[in-house]
Amino acid sequence: MAMDETKTRYTIPVGPIHPALKEPIRLDLEVDGEEIVDVDVIVGQVHRGMEWLGMNRNNPIQNIYLSERVCGICNICHPFAYIMAVEQAAGITPPERAEYIRVIVAEMERIHSHLLWAGVAAHEIGFDTVFYLVWRVREEIMDLMEYVTGNRVTKAMFQIGGVRRDITEEQFPRVRQSLDYYKSIFNQLKTVFLDDWTIRMRTRNVGILKTEDALKLLTVGPTGRASGVPKDVRQDQPYSAYADLDVKAITPDMLTGTVVGDVYDRIIVRLLEVKQSIEIIEQCLNEMPPGPIVAEGKTAKLLNTLTKAEGEGVGRAEAPRGEVIHYVRLEAGRETLSNWKIRAPTYTNLMAVPIMLKGGQIADVPIAFASIDPCMSCTNRAIVVDLKANKKSLLTGEELHKLSVQKTRNLKRDESTR
Amino acid sequence: MEMLSPKAIVDSFKTALGDSLIDSRIYEREVAVKRNLFRTIWIHVKREAFRNAVEHIGTLQEYPHLAIISCADLGDDVELIYHFTIYYGHHLQELSLGLRVTLAKNDLRIPTITDIIPGALFTEREIQEMMGVEVIGIPDKRRLFLPDDFPDGVYPWRTDETGPQDLLRVLPGRQKEYGNG
Repeated sequence: MAMDETKTRYTIPVGPIHPALKEPIRLDLEVDGEEIVDVDVIVGQVHRGMEWLGMNRNNPIQNIYLSERVCGICNICHPFAYIMAVEQAAGITPPERAEYIRVIVAEMERIHSHLLWAGVAAHEIGFDTVFYLVWRVREEIMDLMEYVTGNRVTKAMFQIGGVRRDITEEQFPRVRQSLDYYKSIFNQLKTVFLDDWTIRMRTRNVGILKTEDALKLLTVGPTGRASGVPKDVRQDQPYSAYADLDVKAITPDMLTGTVVGDVYDRIIVRLLEVKQSIEIIEQCLNEMPPGPIVAEGKTAKLLNTLTKAEGEGVGRAEAPRGEVIHYVRLEAGRETLSNWKIRAPTYTNLMAVPIMLKGGQIADVPIAFASIDPCMSCTNRAIVVDLKANKKSLLTGEELHKLSVQKTRNLKRDESTR
Repeated sequence: MEMLSPKAIVDSFKTALGDSLIDSRIYEREVAVKRNLFRTIWIHVKREAFRNAVEHIGTLQEYPHLAIISCADLGDDVELIYHFTIYYGHHLQELSLGLRVTLAKNDLRIPTITDIIPGALFTEREIQEMMGVEVIGIPDKRRLFLPDDFPDGVYPWRTDETGPQDLLRVLPGRQKEYGNG
């Protein structure tokens, strides 16, 4: 009885400085002691009005480079979806070789993004040794991207109706060398992430998202697949050269036989996808047809065609975090786009965050939240609410990170004294 | 659930909606070397039949995936396109389905679909704040991306007098009226 009278809740705002990924978002967490009762997600801190720029300032070719800057990591999938939408609207068919080059760079991006995420996830649970290890092996793919595209980050590979750089026969051995490196260390990475008891302790049965909730909340990408939804644009509605390859959506039951839908399952999915990406690149290198790489090489002429074109198109691409969709409409005689709508995967995945965090502990917030691999610049904030003392308190990212690290230490101590 | 061809889907819409179906179009595009098809279905319905159309999509796919709602200011009207995908989870079977609804500017109202698809909440909140379309029955009326101190009655996606022209920062060398479609 006395217990119930003192029971109160707090609201703890986490952010707008991001607790996990150092990107601005605010989570309003309502907590009862250590337990999270309710979560509210507040976004919009980095809304830059890019679509407005595309409809009022830039021409369709300038927009390729703007869409590349929607997100630093997804700088391939956004222009990829964008150019496919424009090509549909204007009726341009890219040459086959270009389609293969597009897929190769898109898969390189996936390997890079998943490795980067794996490092961040290890850091969130206080396992910094793994964080350094993964980010060291990530350098290899960065170097490869620089070798192939000329840039480590924004790669500027895409052009409407093709690509801007070829991957020549002489470059294949260097690409294969990097892929062989990842194949040689894959089992080591798998052991580190899937067999290590610290990681298993902190991620098994944490941040569970059930299959039904994932379907209702339109969860996409590895977050959805880890909950047992076999949804992958590369498999379902293949675009570009994926239509020639048999890509299969990866779900955690392929490895463990069951779907739990927790953070551990999301690690499994991303890890297996790295392997899958390596295989896709190898297949593309083997099957790449010869020929031109761009349908119309002269930019002025292409721009002229686009200004005259009338139509609409939907471009869908499977980004490392899930499906990216761009809707584009062109109006004859107008130099800018008539309509442009971008949907990044985190936009829908954020709706699943309250379900993942509810019932969990505050110390689990960083890893559970990081497990959807949120990208705020793509989408665009969590407060913690504690009813016990009826006051609002503010947790900084550092404090939250400390709590998370402390939890790992406590669990390790309990384990060793058992 | 049985998977229908795009043509059969359009026919099923015709049967289900009758006169409320304004227009329908199937877009097909051959991709890469094997020439597999990338298919999109465009369905244009009257607002009265909008809920029925969404419920009909629910009979084609148990949990229809709504990617986003895109909005366009057409002058006298506002056009909403609900971008659905159905038949996901199967190799080469998925279809994009664009459900188009046109609303007159003097009556910008659309019923919510969050009771059918709970995940539609974010995008419905977005069209409310960005385009000024009132979503009837939406469970969360707050803004999504725009800050609380953003002025009322200004809608960033509009190209008419309620657009964001007065909020734009005019860069040196640019004209003041720049920005209106």
